Amino acid sequence: MTSSAPSLLVEVLAAPGRIRMLDLPGWERLLRQANGANVGAILVYLLEEHGLLGEVPPQPREHLEAARIVALRHRRLAGYEVERIRSDLAHLGLPLILLKGAAYAMAGLPSGRGRLFSDIDILVPKDGLHQVESALMLHGWASAHHDAYDERYYRTWMHELPPMVHLRRGNAIDVHHAILPETAPVRPDPALLRAAARPIPGPPGASGLYTLCPHDMFLHSAVHLFFGGEFDQGLRDLFDLHRLALHFGAEPGFWDGLVARARALELTRPMFYALRYLSRTFGTPVPADVMAAASAFGPPRVLLPVMDALFVRALAPLHPECAARFDRAARFVLYVRGNWLRMPPVLLARHLFHKAFLSPRAAEAV
Amino acid sequence: MSLVADLGRTELVRRLGGPGLLLRTGPFVSRIQSNLSLVADGIGALYRDYPVDEPGGFADFQVRLLHSTGLRRWWHPQACFDFDGREPFAPLPLAQAWPMFEWVMNWCVSNRAHRYLIVHAAVVERNGCAIVLPAPPGSGKSTLCAALVCRGWRLLSDELTLVRRSDGMVVPLARPVSLKNASIDVIRAFAPDAQLGTPVPGTTKGTIAHLKAPSDSVARFGEAARARHIVFPRYEAGAATTLIPLAKGQLFMRVAENAFNYFVLGPAGFDCLAGLVDDCDGHEFCYSQLDEAIALFDALAGVTP
Repeated sequence: MTSSAPSLLVEVLAAPGRIRMLDLPGWERLLRQANGANVGAILVYLLEEHGLLGEVPPQPREHLEAARIVALRHRRLAGYEVERIRSDLAHLGLPLILLKGAAYAMAGLPSGRGRLFSDIDILVPKDGLHQVESALMLHGWASAHHDAYDERYYRTWMHELPPMVHLRRGNAIDVHHAILPETAPVRPDPALLRAAARPIPGPPGASGLYTLCPHDMFLHSAVHLFFGGEFDQGLRDLFDLHRLALHFGAEPGFWDGLVARARALELTRPMFYALRYLSRTFGTPVPADVMAAASAFGPPRVLLPVMDALFVRALAPLHPECAARFDRAARFVLYVRGNWLRMPPVLLARHLFHKAFLSPRAAEAV
Repeated sequence: MSLVADLGRTELVRRLGGPGLLLRTGPFVSRIQSNLSLVADGIGALYRDYPVDEPGGFADFQVRLLHSTGLRRWWHPQACFDFDGREPFAPLPLAQAWPMFEWVMNWCVSNRAHRYLIVHAAVVERNGCAIVLPAPPGSGKSTLCAALVCRGWRLLSDELTLVRRSDGMVVPLARPVSLKNASIDVIRAFAPDAQLGTPVPGTTKGTIAHLKAPSDSVARFGEAARARHIVFPRYEAGAATTLIPLAKGQLFMRVAENAFNYFVLGPAGFDCLAGLVDDCDGHEFCYSQLDEAIALFDALAGVTP
C-alpha cells in the first residue's frame, strides 16, 4: 500500500517544476485530478509564484485561467462577507478572530491564494457568544438548524453555535468559542489562542480583524485535518499545512517554538501527524530536530502502520485514477475515529443512536 | 483532420467504449466515453460532420455517459453522467440518454468556459451580421433559430452564445438545435428536408428532437462574427410581426439576466457586456409567421429580397 506511486497532482504540488515534463494528455490528467481535489485555482497561483505559467500550453492554460476567475469571484464575495460581519459586530468591541480559509484569504497568506471555502469561521470569547449571536440575527443571519436535538448538540456539547446562514445572501458563518468540542478529551484553552492572536494589517478603520498566531494557525489546521472525520478535501487541507509551514517556517522562531506550543495547547498528536505526512507527501522541509522532538508524540508503535495506511489513502486526491480498493473503508474508519475523538464513548453512542433513529423520524413527522 | 463520418460505426463505438472519442465542437474538445448505443447513434447521425482528434490528445471536457449498473442494469435502466467519480446530475431513464448528452455538453461549457461571456441565447449570422436571440424557454427562440438556419443563416449556437472577452467577437459553437413539442412538427412542415434526430418523449421539457446543424455552419467553426442585433423573440399565435426597439440600459439588464457567468466574471463581465451592448441594437420581437420573421431578419442583415 505504501508502495503506490504518488499521484501526478501530488508530484506537481510538491515540485511545481514537474509540469515542464508534461505532454498534453499529462496536462489533462493533472487538471482532472486537481478539479477532483478542489485545488484547480490553487494550482494556477502556485505555478504563477514559481514563474511557470508561461510554460503552460495554451489549452490547459485556459482552464487554469478559468479557475482563477472563479477564485477571484470567491475572494470578492468572501471579502464582502467578512466586512459585513466585522461591521455587524463592531459595536461589541470584541476581538474578531478569523479561522482557516477566511483567515488565509484576508491575511493574504500563500495558503489563501486560490483556495475556495464554503463558510466563514470566526472565534469569539465564550462569554460573548450570546451577544454575537443576537447581533448576527439582527443583521439577517439565522440558524440553519431547527431541530431541538441539533440545537442541544451544538450548544451543550460542541465548540460552536449551530451554523448560521444569511437569509438574503445565503452565505454561512460558523461562530466558534473553541477549536475542539467541549466533550473532546483534549481541549486547547481558547484564552491562550486569543491572547496570541495577530491583527490583520489593513487600512485605518478597517481593523479589528485577527488571525491566530502562526503556531496556532498551523496547529489548528492540523487538528482540524487529523482529528476531524472528513477527508473529502484531505489533500487540499494537507497542502494548506505545507503552504503554512513554508511561509511561517521562514519567520524566526516558528520551528523552534512549535513543539512547546503544541504541548501548551495539548495538540502534540495532530502536530506529529501533520509533520509526518507533510514530509512524506510533499517533502516539506521540517528541521530534523523538530521532527525528532515530534516523534515522541506519535501513536503507540503497533498502531502507527495502521494509521499510515489509513491516512495515505484518505489524503490521496479524490479522483478515480488515484483510487484504490480500500479507500471507502479507510475513509469510514477515519470518520468513526473523528467522532470518537470528539465525544466520550457513551455520549457518542447516544448521539449516533439519535442521528440514526430519532432524527429521521422527527423529520418525517414535520 | 478526420470527421466522425470517416471513422465508421465500429471505430466510433470502439473509441466511445475505450479511451474516448475526442470530439471538436467550436473551440472545445470533449472526451466522450459511453457504452450506450443511443449515444453512439446520436453522434453518428447528428455529429457526423464534426472533426475528431486522434486518441491521446488534450480534451477540455470529459463526458462519461454510462449504462446504470446493479439491479438497474435490467430494471428501469438509466443513463448516468459520471464526472470524474462524481455525479452532478441525477440519472435519467435510458431512453433519454441523447437529450441528456446534449445537456451535459452544455453544462460543461457554461460552467467552465470563462474565457467567454456566456449568454443563454441562440445566435445566427448572415452577411457578416450576427443576431443574438436570448429568451426564456417557451418563447420560440429555438423554433425561430431552426427556421433561420433552414433558410441559409449560419448557425453559431442554439443555446450558448460565446462572446470572446478579448475582442468582443461571437465564437461559433454550432451544435444540434433542440426542438421541443409542437416546434418539431412546425419545423418538419417548414423545412421537409431538415435532418431531425428521433423525438424523445417524456423528458422534463416534454418531447425533444434535435435538428442537425447545417454542414456549412459546422465547417466554419473557426469564423467568429460580430453581433449587430440582440432580439428578444416571443411567439404569439396570430400576432402581427412587430419589432420594438429597446433602450441600451434595458438591453444591458435583459442580457445580464440571461448570462450564465456574468456575476462570475465580475468587472470583466461588465466590460464585456457593455461592449456587446454598444455593438448592438436591441429589439423586442413578436411573431407568428416564420416566413415574415425571416424576411425581417434578412432585412436587419442588409440582405435584399
